[in-house]
Amino acid sequence: MIWNEEIETMPLENLKNLQSERLVNLVHYVYEHSPFYRQKLDETGVSPSDIRGIEDITKLPFTTKLDLRDHYPFGLFSLPRREAVEIHVSSGTTGNPTVVGYTRDDLKLWSEVMARSLCCAGAKPGDLLQNAFGYGLFTGGLGFHYGALAMGLTVIPCSAGQTKRQLKIMQDFKPDILSCTPSYCLYMADEAKEMGLDTRQGSWRIGIFGAEPWSTSMQKEIEEIWNMTATDIYGMSEIIGPGVAQECTYKQGLHLFSDVFYPEVIDPDSDKPVPEGQDGELVITTLTKQAIPLLRYRTRDVVNMTTQPCPCGRTSPRTSKIKGRTDDMIVVRGVNVFPSQIEGVLLGIEGTHPHYQLVIDRQAHKLDEVEILVEVDEKIFSDEMKQMRMLEQKIKKEIEGVLSIGVTVKLVEPKTIQRSEGKASRVVDKRVL
Amino acid sequence: MAIQITVFLENRPGRIQTIANILKEKNLNILAFSIQDRGEFGLMKIIVDKPEQARLALSERGMACAAKPVFAITAADRPGNLETLTTALAKKNINIKDAYGFVSPADKQGICYLEVENPQGADLGRLLAEYGFTLIADKDLYDL
Repeated sequence: MIWNEEIETMPLENLKNLQSERLVNLVHYVYEHSPFYRQKLDETGVSPSDIRGIEDITKLPFTTKLDLRDHYPFGLFSLPRREAVEIHVSSGTTGNPTVVGYTRDDLKLWSEVMARSLCCAGAKPGDLLQNAFGYGLFTGGLGFHYGALAMGLTVIPCSAGQTKRQLKIMQDFKPDILSCTPSYCLYMADEAKEMGLDTRQGSWRIGIFGAEPWSTSMQKEIEEIWNMTATDIYGMSEIIGPGVAQECTYKQGLHLFSDVFYPEVIDPDSDKPVPEGQDGELVITTLTKQAIPLLRYRTRDVVNMTTQPCPCGRTSPRTSKIKGRTDDMIVVRGVNVFPSQIEGVLLGIEGTHPHYQLVIDRQAHKLDEVEILVEVDEKIFSDEMKQMRMLEQKIKKEIEGVLSIGVTVKLVEPKTIQRSEGKASRVVDKRVL
Repeated sequence: MAIQITVFLENRPGRIQTIANILKEKNLNILAFSIQDRGEFGLMKIIVDKPEQARLALSERGMACAAKPVFAITAADRPGNLETLTTALAKKNINIKDAYGFVSPADKQGICYLEVENPQGADLGRLLAEYGFTLIADKDLYDL
């Protein structure tokens, strides 16, 4: 079932006209409503009248996560805060988190793209959805919730965690659809096996998984273990939350809802577009958002795109799975982690800059584990065990406070962490996705 | 007073050997050592004949270490001496932060290294003498 047949199967030429009309309106809108964009466009020397169609989009300046941080909390809103009906928060690179807001119409848009996503994954009105994405400041839980309400599902707002209860609900209510991070789905499988359940007899027909990178082999494994169709969803709070792109049951890439989120794929070094099919950084312009519309937002996600027809009939371009990042962000248990956040904590604790390294690991079917190695240099060293223990505990507590996930801290000898320029030495990702 | 060097060590094979090797290369003699273990890491406490040289050598090799004075006490090797020593400290309300001791079987002599809170205020030398203990003289510890 296609939720919005007219839009989702629109011939590409018509889609382009719609995008052009919307982009022209958007640029006028932000120029009038957002002091940030007015200044940015003036500085770039672009007037709203220069933008006549979607092909002019490359004249527009980029927006980055740093812009969001520098205008914390509401400086990138194009409307006064009171016009927003909901606010969500995700992690920032350093210091301040990323704040986004939604007007009533933005929530309608979110519901619409999530309804499209659910249908795209194979949901039918009347299906029962077990939503195990976290509810709260994270956009995962509520995004699915709104979409489910819009398309007529029955939603169980389980949120993340409490695995035994999740499995009991699955056994007793027989939900048709599961939504959560892919690693949590595998974690549930292990827990189920320990409880003596036959996962192949699980009730979920469809799984919708996202908020962290995962591979095709992990997808196949989930399908095999749970006897379900596993699909991939893409999104980020800056754009809307989940519902930017969704894989259909043909699994030939994720349909990106380009009538509202206009995608470009660029070379991150030259900022120039790359030919269709080539890897590059995904850049998205939100064509119709009101509270916090973004021009050419640098997602830092590396993908490639295709406009080739899909057997499902949807015409929107499709992105590949995320192939990497152009920055050093890592996703752990659905939470975005930047090494710079760790750096900030360490600097705050002792006023020094000890060498550190993040080691991320995932044992088979277990949740991601984060270990932070901190070199004990002369400045933070104490010859008293009590002090060293307190230091270890303090680092752990403060990092957990900033990241909102559990970590282990390991104090290591000076000069034992490999030195090299760039991000490689800061993060060791041992996960096999 | 004796000078104790404390070194931060990860708990994995070969770490103590590294320390021992650095000291050996400088021809430094270890008089006593103890190790406090905290799972992933530990602290090694060492008394050597040339403490300042040892600290520099370890520092040069990138080890996190520190030097601090501790009391080195001798006592005859006989039952009840630790009890006598700790009674003396308890009466004066002196808290022991760390201590390690052993007996040299050949000369029937007990040696105890003692780290207390607020060592200056304690006037430990006089107190210990009252109870029949002796602080080891620097010249006997160190090859000055």
